Amino acid sequence: MFGIDAIDLARMQFAFTVSFHIIFPAFSIGLASYLAVLEGLWLWKKEQKYIEVFNYWKTIFAVGFGMGVVSGIVMAYQFGTNWSVFSDKAGPVIGPLMGYEVMSAFFLEAGFLGVMLFGQKRVGPRLHFFATLMVAAGTLFSAFWILSVNSWMQTPTGHIINAAGQFVPDDWFNVIFNPSFPYRLVHMVLAAYLTTAFVVGAVGAFHLLKDKSNKNARLMFSMAMWMAAIVTPIQIIAGDQHGLNTLEHQPAKIAAIEGHYKNVKGAPLLLFGMPDNDEAKTLYTVEVPRLGSLILTHSWDGELQGLESFPREDWPNTFLIFWTFRIMVGMGMIMLFIGLWSSLRRYQGRLYEDRWLARAAVAAGPIGFIAVLCGWVTTEAGRQPWTVYGLLRTSESASPLNGVEVGGTLIAFILVYFVLFGTGVYYMLRLMAKSPEPVPETTTASLKRASGMTGAPSTFDHSQS
Amino acid sequence: MLEFDLPLIWAAIIAFAILAYVSLDGFDLGVGILFPLVPEESGHRDVMMNSVAPIWDGNETWLVLGGGGLLAVFPLAYAVVLPALYIPIIVMLLGLIFRGVAFEFRWRASEKRRIWWDRSFAFGSIVATLAQGICLGALIQGIEVVDRSFAGDRLDWLTPFSLLTGFSLVVGYTLLGATWLVMKTEGELQNLARKYSMISGLGTLILVGIASFATPFLDAQYHHRWFEGTNLLFSITIPFLLAICAAILFIGLKRHHDIRPFFAAHGIFLLCYIGIGISFYPRMVPPDITIWAAAAPEKSLQFLLVGTIFLVPIILSYTIYNYWVFRGKVDKEGGYH
Repeated sequence: MFGIDAIDLARMQFAFTVSFHIIFPAFSIGLASYLAVLEGLWLWKKEQKYIEVFNYWKTIFAVGFGMGVVSGIVMAYQFGTNWSVFSDKAGPVIGPLMGYEVMSAFFLEAGFLGVMLFGQKRVGPRLHFFATLMVAAGTLFSAFWILSVNSWMQTPTGHIINAAGQFVPDDWFNVIFNPSFPYRLVHMVLAAYLTTAFVVGAVGAFHLLKDKSNKNARLMFSMAMWMAAIVTPIQIIAGDQHGLNTLEHQPAKIAAIEGHYKNVKGAPLLLFGMPDNDEAKTLYTVEVPRLGSLILTHSWDGELQGLESFPREDWPNTFLIFWTFRIMVGMGMIMLFIGLWSSLRRYQGRLYEDRWLARAAVAAGPIGFIAVLCGWVTTEAGRQPWTVYGLLRTSESASPLNGVEVGGTLIAFILVYFVLFGTGVYYMLRLMAKSPEPVPETTTASLKRASGMTGAPSTFDHSQS
Repeated sequence: MLEFDLPLIWAAIIAFAILAYVSLDGFDLGVGILFPLVPEESGHRDVMMNSVAPIWDGNETWLVLGGGGLLAVFPLAYAVVLPALYIPIIVMLLGLIFRGVAFEFRWRASEKRRIWWDRSFAFGSIVATLAQGICLGALIQGIEVVDRSFAGDRLDWLTPFSLLTGFSLVVGYTLLGATWLVMKTEGELQNLARKYSMISGLGTLILVGIASFATPFLDAQYHHRWFEGTNLLFSITIPFLLAICAAILFIGLKRHHDIRPFFAAHGIFLLCYIGIGISFYPRMVPPDITIWAAAAPEKSLQFLLVGTIFLVPIILSYTIYNYWVFRGKVDKEGGYH
């Protein structure tokens, strides 16, 4: 179709559907934990603001979570439709891990989501809190298993290969806790927390700009800025460690990230440049001498392997990886800056007064998503040309595909995702634009009576629209 | 562990997961299919949606377990079936998206635009169900496999028989959805649901009859399984039990029982499912791949089985708890919106 291989179309389709999908879990992993913290604080401190902010974000969570569910079901089937050879060969290893994800995570989330969203009037506050905790735990279990699967594809261990060419599990512990898994898990969960923190911070700041006395907006903004200040530095350390792990196991990916084609001692850090695989060099570079070696080898004149140490057919798309990595790091730097800035203002007692900080926080609302997407492109495109790194080539993983089929469904996915999820994001933004007004006590009482429910405790379900 | 026939145990577990999916998501898809048949102005659609809103997500998770489980324990079947059913599978997924987002979007849209999400909900439900039924029919007809890979034509799935099973499933899910509403609602909507239960109940029985008569003649294997030896006993028992379920359904509807029709409808589904199971066994993917040939290596089967034995009872218990929390009739204000 249009001169593009069926296999390229299949790759585009997977890249497109998985990229859209990751936006929602990245947000709901963080938001589920945030909701659990808010409800826990409410039970503990009995301050109304916690449950008001909880209810505010709960509604937004529901919209995002629904989109995560339906876009996730697509992923469970795309392995088979487009990558059937990969499924047949790697299924015995990654399949059980995904099975555990479904049973320990998806059911847990789905089973308690109903109570969390609709059950406030039907169960007591403690049981409701338990449901919220289960939803949050489910999102984290899900991250655990799916990142184990992904990491095994990046750094496969614990398997043998049988006569049919299938990967067969040999040692499950080594499969699950493969070398890159702990790093990837920490890096992704922190990324999800930061992504959510910057969204919450942006919403808090947006409403503070309109009314800086809004105590619910203050609560959101303050909690988010704590996260930015504390978690961003931890994330930078985690990212650095993840990078060193990648250098050990996937040196070609690091060479592409760094934009180095030749082996160099005392390698510079390329800030910018145009890596060109055809010419096997990076053009128009802006570089800091020796810093590349310092970061990756912790020595001024450590040697870095360039892409030319690897067979040409094993090179990934260097340009893409080089740039997505830099965008991700750039977003991290903005997060660090905002974290530091807010800490200074907090120390000065002016956290809610600095309008420029609030404006910056509003503008920084989406940067977590940008960083997550770019980071995933770096690591996934950096795995190419393999599906199972070093063992199974992408070109040998695909289904007996037909270009018209794959191309046609790709177009369908693009249209449906943009229209439906685009609308969903718009609804979420509209919910966020609504002020998280503190509810006056008197209204609470009258609404409680008006709700018409008898018997069940209904003390805390009043700020629903 | 060695004495156990692990592939067979797993075939039973996967069969259970698919049955759980069909029974549970079946009725909430059915509620979606019924949407266009209920007038917009009546306000009944709010009640219909609220009746399934807290549980649909859990219901649909069984579909993910079916897919993920197949990949884990029968990777060959997964790798052959999905490319063979490429278009209906993706159409089903898109359908599920259209209906899944409607649960939240419907309440977020302005009054004027809400109708679009009603349409999205109904359209998605119908399309997803039709696609599932087509997949079933195509699977019964068999998939051509050469060298561990799908080797048929890309439109093999599209036949009069698969269209028949597709249409049958739409009518069947309508029955599940309508009897669900009989159980969960009151007054005018319940009367409407009773009427649709009658119609779709009749339709289901007729279509199941046609499909059942067609199946044994699709290939000699099916004929053999149904009409020879001890199997004949089953072949006679199942229609007999089907008649009992049908009687409970229609009498229940006539006498205004709230709960019985729902379970009778599920009885009909269960019996059809057993019937299909008889046709398939011992094959995983007709006509050639058996349960044992499709199975993953023993270590994969063992590893996941340990967790399954432990986790599925827990899943079932909190699923039941969830249904318990939202038991009884749905009222208009009961939703959180």
